[in-house]
Amino acid sequence: MITLQVNGKTLDLNVEPDMPLLWALRDEAGMLGTKYGCGIAQCGACTVHVEGEPVRSCVMPVSAVVGKKITTIEGISAKGMNAVQKAWVEHEVPQCGYCQTGMIMAATALLAKKPKPTDKDIDEAMTNLCRCGTYARVRKAIHAAAGQLNKAAPAVKKA
Amino acid sequence: MKKTSSLAMRNSDQRSSFDPSEPATGLNRGRTEGGMNRREFLKASAAAGGGLSLQFSFPLLAKPGAAQATEVTAWVVIHPDETVAIRIARSEMGQGTMTALAQLVAEELECDWGKVKAEFASPNEHVRRKRIWGSMSTGGSAGVRASQDYVRKGGAAARHMLVTAAAVEWGVPTYECKVEKGVITHPETRRSTTYGKVAAKAATYAPPKDITLKDPKDWKIAGKPVKRLDIPDKVLGKPVFGVDAKVPGMLHASIAQCPVFGGKVKSVDSAAAEKMRGVKKIVREENFVAVVADNWWRADQALKQVKIEWDAGANGNVSDESIDKLFREGLAATNLPDARKMGDTATALASAAKVIEAEYSSPYLNHATMEPQTCTAWFKPDGTLEVWTSTQNAEASMAAASEVAGIPQEKIEVHKPMLGGGFGRRGAPQDFVRQGVAIAKQMPGTPVKMMWNREEDMQHGFYRPASLVQMKAGLDKDGNVVALHTKIACPSILALVRPEGIQKGIDFSAVRSFNDMTYTIPNQQVDYAMKNPHVPVGFWRAPGLQNAHYRECFIDELAHAAGKEPLAFRLTMMKPDDKNRRVLEAAAKAANWGSPLPAGVFRGIAQADGFGSFSAMVAEVSVSAAGELKIHRIVFAIDSGHVVNPDTCAAQAESNVVYGLGALLYQAHKVKDGRIQESNFHDFPLPKLTDMPKVETVLVPSGGFWGGHGEPGILALTPAICNAIFAATGKRIRTLPLKVEDLKKA
Repeated sequence: MITLQVNGKTLDLNVEPDMPLLWALRDEAGMLGTKYGCGIAQCGACTVHVEGEPVRSCVMPVSAVVGKKITTIEGISAKGMNAVQKAWVEHEVPQCGYCQTGMIMAATALLAKKPKPTDKDIDEAMTNLCRCGTYARVRKAIHAAAGQLNKAAPAVKKA
Repeated sequence: MKKTSSLAMRNSDQRSSFDPSEPATGLNRGRTEGGMNRREFLKASAAAGGGLSLQFSFPLLAKPGAAQATEVTAWVVIHPDETVAIRIARSEMGQGTMTALAQLVAEELECDWGKVKAEFASPNEHVRRKRIWGSMSTGGSAGVRASQDYVRKGGAAARHMLVTAAAVEWGVPTYECKVEKGVITHPETRRSTTYGKVAAKAATYAPPKDITLKDPKDWKIAGKPVKRLDIPDKVLGKPVFGVDAKVPGMLHASIAQCPVFGGKVKSVDSAAAEKMRGVKKIVREENFVAVVADNWWRADQALKQVKIEWDAGANGNVSDESIDKLFREGLAATNLPDARKMGDTATALASAAKVIEAEYSSPYLNHATMEPQTCTAWFKPDGTLEVWTSTQNAEASMAAASEVAGIPQEKIEVHKPMLGGGFGRRGAPQDFVRQGVAIAKQMPGTPVKMMWNREEDMQHGFYRPASLVQMKAGLDKDGNVVALHTKIACPSILALVRPEGIQKGIDFSAVRSFNDMTYTIPNQQVDYAMKNPHVPVGFWRAPGLQNAHYRECFIDELAHAAGKEPLAFRLTMMKPDDKNRRVLEAAAKAANWGSPLPAGVFRGIAQADGFGSFSAMVAEVSVSAAGELKIHRIVFAIDSGHVVNPDTCAAQAESNVVYGLGALLYQAHKVKDGRIQESNFHDFPLPKLTDMPKVETVLVPSGGFWGGHGEPGILALTPAICNAIFAATGKRIRTLPLKVEDLKKA
């Protein structure tokens, strides 16, 4: 039996120590917001927080996170949406949305550490992959969540 | 757990999109077997306690457990609380079709957009109601353009019926009634009612036959950048995707197919795997092996321990070299079918002042959707089958499931969740549905969710075809193009998915952009060599886009050879009323084409039409001495006739840029020993945030037609950038993806 602290709750899971956290969350705890994309920590769709740090849960054995504070997309906001999620809605960031929970976890961790991130900070922190190409809006929404978005030109012009 | 009586599992509240332990809200399918008319259907709906509209609902907008809802037309369901559920037949994969279609229906319906929720039409009901929702296929950037007419009419008809119901009740003429945001009024008598109150009566009327649709200039909801309906759930991490299907007692499966396409299973030694924890069954089919376990990771781990011997068949030696040889043999043939023949190309070339030739090629490419292929299937004790799958064509999914299961479609429901990307992968082939159903068929009564691991997904795609194209053009003494002879060697997608679509040896998707090109070159010849290696090919975002790339790069070569400026060179070959001319000029104007740029920055331009729209792009790039490419800015102009949601259109432009950049900068599949060599994102990289250039979208809708947005934006991207690279370096990129070595200063 492995005991995990997820989103402030204690979960007793009957899993082997080497099971990646991703699969303990998805198929044992039934928390489906965290996604599988590659299984080799390349894409970041599986990003969760362990002690506030963004971690790729597809390669993180559950034995390595016992006793640590784990936060998933389901627990990122106590009520409703956090500032990042609100900015994501406001700037219409997701397209298919599959990678976006991982993106939001990475962005939330970045802002916790650097409340006013520079573009360079964003470049370094946001290494998640998105096949739909939402990157420009990811950057914009992070700046918006940080309260540092100037009234920028609209993304689209109608000639 | 509460019992559910419906064939269709309906997600019903915001805790779980799929969990049938939540109250069943679906229509009782047993009551509606066989062809029934709308009236009977409504009765059936009422008998089932309503909730008809809660199928795969959007919980933030839906009101779960609402009392009786009324279907007014097939597209419009009104709830007593004034919620308007708009039925969507096409799939949503991030392109925004669901919201755009809802906007069009809501516009004609004159309802309150704040009370609209979208829901997918049931494929099972679709079969039983004789395809009442039209096509469910979602591809070719056609979601809006191919259904806008009938969905708008569905909304307008419902408005007419609702207003009539109020007018009849009041005993006043319909034309004296007004409606705004779902509130019907009769100003003269100061009476007022709502859609929710009159819906039941309205539903008893036959829809009007003659419907006048609004002039788009009067639109209030359509044409506006309203927020997409699917985004809130997605940012909250709700289980809305195919891989999130969750059914009580469900098991998980991972599968392995023969690495050589078309190969078969020869022998299987699963002794070790069977002993592994959680493993429930090893499934062996003719062309794949699957492990079913109580957790997907356990299934996948066990799969790796199954010793499978494959019979590769005849293709175990196919390689890039053998494919190139096949293409060249094709191009060398003298009796190739014409995809276009205008004038006398041979004579014109023979008498040309200057002849320019070039050969271009590009590799196979995977769609690489972020969500791997997946299918959950459940053979239920009552003889019905339920399927959950991320599909671009639910009708094709129904047919595939029916065929494999041996169950008539009337007894099958395909749930169509959100797709974690599609780009053409999840339409025609339906390989994943066949597999998911075949696995579950071996475990009747037990729901099984199959998901491919990334390696399987990378190596068993339906790839964008590799192709090899040779172009030969003649210029007269003034630099005018007098002839263009194009020879195309490219696998046929239609040969694989729809052979009946091949006409006179021509697959339109392989010759597009050459056989229909807009340039007024008097002598044109396009030859098509259909060469089909065993690598499966499919409709990858903007099928045939390689040709737009080759053509627009070659036109740039011709402009250079003629000593002409590339924009003016193109314009001289376009008719005055050509819509391509208009977007080309719009892109050039927005990019200040011809104005001075910072030192080291250069521009390239390209244009292409396709998928119903006209598009052009200007790219601004710089290339360092070390060969590093920087893309400073992309300006994209598009004329799609009408625009339903400008923000979604801009998002699609950005999306197309990133998708195209992957093909330009990083991606290629190598074929060796009959198999794809790349296996995951480390060797088939996707562009990252740091690769994202500034994209400026300029919408120039000229009205009068409906064009797509999901694909046109990728057509002109790679040629515009490659032409800018030539301006910067003097080097032509004729093979993709580009390599740093190609760009280094000599």
